[in-house]
Amino acid sequence: MSDVIETEAGAADTGTTRMNMIQAINSALDVMMARDPNVIVMGEDVGYFGGVFRATAGLQKKHGKTRVFDTPITECGIIGVAVGMGAYGLRPVPEIQFADYIYPALDQLVSEAARLRYRSAGEFIAPMTIRSPYGGGIFGGQTHSQSPEGIFTHVSGVKTVIPATPYDAKGLLIAAIEDNDPTIFFEPKRIYNGPFNGHWDRPAENWSKHPGGEVPEGYYKVPLGKANVVRAGEALTILCYGTMVHVCLKVVEEAGVDAEILDLRTLVPLDIEAIEESVKKTGRCMIVHEATRTSGFGAELSALVQERCFYHLEAPIERVTGFDTPYPHSLEWAYFPGPVRIGQALKKIMKD
Amino acid sequence: MASDHPRANLKPLSLHVPEPKFRPGDTVDFGEVDVPPAGSVRRPDTADKAQDFADLAYTMVRVLDEDNRAVGPWDPKLSPDALRRMLRNMALVRAFDERMFRAQRQGKTSFYMKSLGEEAVSIGAAAALADDDMCFPSYRQQGILISRGCPLVDMMNQIYSNNGDKLQGKQLPIMYSERRFSFFSISGNLTTQYPQAVGWAMASASRGDTRIASTWCGEGSTAEGDFHSALTFATVYRAPVIFNVVNNQWAISSFSGFAGAEATTFAARAIGYGIAGLRVDGNDALAVYAAMSWAAERARTNQGPTLIEHFTYRAEGHSTSDDPTQYRSAGEPTAWPLGDPVTRLKDHLIALGEWDEERHVAQDKELAEMVRDAQKEAEKNGILGHGLHQPLDTLFDGVFEEMPWHLREQQQQMMSEEEASGRPWARK
Repeated sequence: MSDVIETEAGAADTGTTRMNMIQAINSALDVMMARDPNVIVMGEDVGYFGGVFRATAGLQKKHGKTRVFDTPITECGIIGVAVGMGAYGLRPVPEIQFADYIYPALDQLVSEAARLRYRSAGEFIAPMTIRSPYGGGIFGGQTHSQSPEGIFTHVSGVKTVIPATPYDAKGLLIAAIEDNDPTIFFEPKRIYNGPFNGHWDRPAENWSKHPGGEVPEGYYKVPLGKANVVRAGEALTILCYGTMVHVCLKVVEEAGVDAEILDLRTLVPLDIEAIEESVKKTGRCMIVHEATRTSGFGAELSALVQERCFYHLEAPIERVTGFDTPYPHSLEWAYFPGPVRIGQALKKIMKD
Repeated sequence: MASDHPRANLKPLSLHVPEPKFRPGDTVDFGEVDVPPAGSVRRPDTADKAQDFADLAYTMVRVLDEDNRAVGPWDPKLSPDALRRMLRNMALVRAFDERMFRAQRQGKTSFYMKSLGEEAVSIGAAAALADDDMCFPSYRQQGILISRGCPLVDMMNQIYSNNGDKLQGKQLPIMYSERRFSFFSISGNLTTQYPQAVGWAMASASRGDTRIASTWCGEGSTAEGDFHSALTFATVYRAPVIFNVVNNQWAISSFSGFAGAEATTFAARAIGYGIAGLRVDGNDALAVYAAMSWAAERARTNQGPTLIEHFTYRAEGHSTSDDPTQYRSAGEPTAWPLGDPVTRLKDHLIALGEWDEERHVAQDKELAEMVRDAQKEAEKNGILGHGLHQPLDTLFDGVFEEMPWHLREQQQQMMSEEEASGRPWARK
């Protein structure tokens, strides 16, 4: 990986091992709980059972049930309690079981966690990291598939982070936990077990052969606010994150287009320098996300590129997104911005 | 409904929409308010199980009787000095409110909220808690800050958003944040502080601390989901927290019936959660003190949370932006059957031979002067709208710990607007 690994004395010589994204997240939580007694993990089913996706497996046994525990089914309560714990001096890492369930917590997130530092002029902060699986492609229907990142990028005072590999998931999660601002950490659940390339009708891959599945066992950080150039190229720039990183890589490979693909990794704060540098070089920009189109984060990216790179653009910016409908169950592959939709947009932007 | 429908013979359904007893112009008679005699309610042991005294949620703990005596098992038997301190703090809150209300009317600030008639709720509570017990208040508990010795000038600086305001003019007046007095940042969004108090209490318990948390909301906002989330969390983890519902009968123009008061009490909300519930005469400083002390002892000995309904009356409008004569009878405040909390405590001290009217008048005069002096001092730091009291670029401070590029760009834009406009916002 291209990132400088920030290690501390004594942690540098730990080895690496193959991990899927769940294991990498579990490892990040384990490492941080061992390093910082203020880190606590809570959420629905995260304790004894270890989470519905197993991301917290074994943590209660190792760190005790006053630091890793199940909560009542009230997302508003989970985030509200985390605000109070932060005010006491803890560093909570609450899990919202599915991003689709986060809406009851919106007031506590938007009006409380995100605003606490500002409204108290720094007397109180909310150093929490809210983990939540998001995105579709798992036959989850409309209540287990949504991508609500655009709701949070619109809120001042919240950071939004989305990893695309096990390596990034662990490094970004550790960075988010250490960060003193509230951070939404959306985990693309379609790629928990492997780098899904969009071809749902072909055999699934796992992380065992992907370079991003090689994960240090100890402490390291991937800095927030830094994009990753996952493929260097000259013909166009593709801005994407999460599952779509892998889908875009496959589409570009199949089309034989020399695209530069940026995995944004953090939406707020955004790595605008990396975006500008790439688009000014290639002169074309395509934005791909799974979330619904209207007022999606792609609209913000499109506006930024237009404002900053207009005189370098040789074609209109292309946006490839999910449709403005609820996420359908049986028709999810018609909804999903897969190889066909991205491929058509690619042809269009390269023709212009 | 067609006549052959199987329910065609039933009376049609009807929707009940609550209506308060009295509207503007009505003669007020609070005879239907059930006020049990002072001293008539038993005091359970703090180690008793909540289910064994569920009946206390439907009555009212009262200590001061009609002859100004402290009676019954809840009498906290406070020293005359402690009683005089409470009286003084309540009178100080009233003097402070009076002065700041007037300052708003004089255009010196945008907004103010008095706690007239509810002073015992916060003063009695603050006296019963330890000074480092964490408070998650709503917007009418200024008495806690005053009781804990927060300088009046600091509170006024916040109200004026002036250059002495340590919140940098970022918050609406009276939305204080006072970490040094264990007083959490007040939110304008209702009852969000409830689960936060539970989280703080859980953290304290998990750390083996001895401090407890206490939180306040109005009866109207018990309807918020946060209230119920908080009570669920609190009972599940037996969090050392005290929930206070200040039932002052009115949520702006909506009477307590819109939060369910026609059907039950607010203290009874505790029962479904298995939480200890008490209902107290909120205009009786000794009853408030006694209930809070009892709840604090429960919390501090790992017996878990308590919900206390403070039955009181909001004698003024909701805020300076409200006009209660538009929706309730002007006769209500004076007809309120539980009297005035300051008068009741004063009369008790006089009955004990520990106070007199002359000293009371002299104290009121002294407190009014103290508040006026503080106001003069605070106004040296400026009043709202008179120039820029904070460096303009602080507008962007504290969104994040470190300012990201997009905020830095917007900050630069604002500074160039400032230069271009020639606004008279010279830094004071």
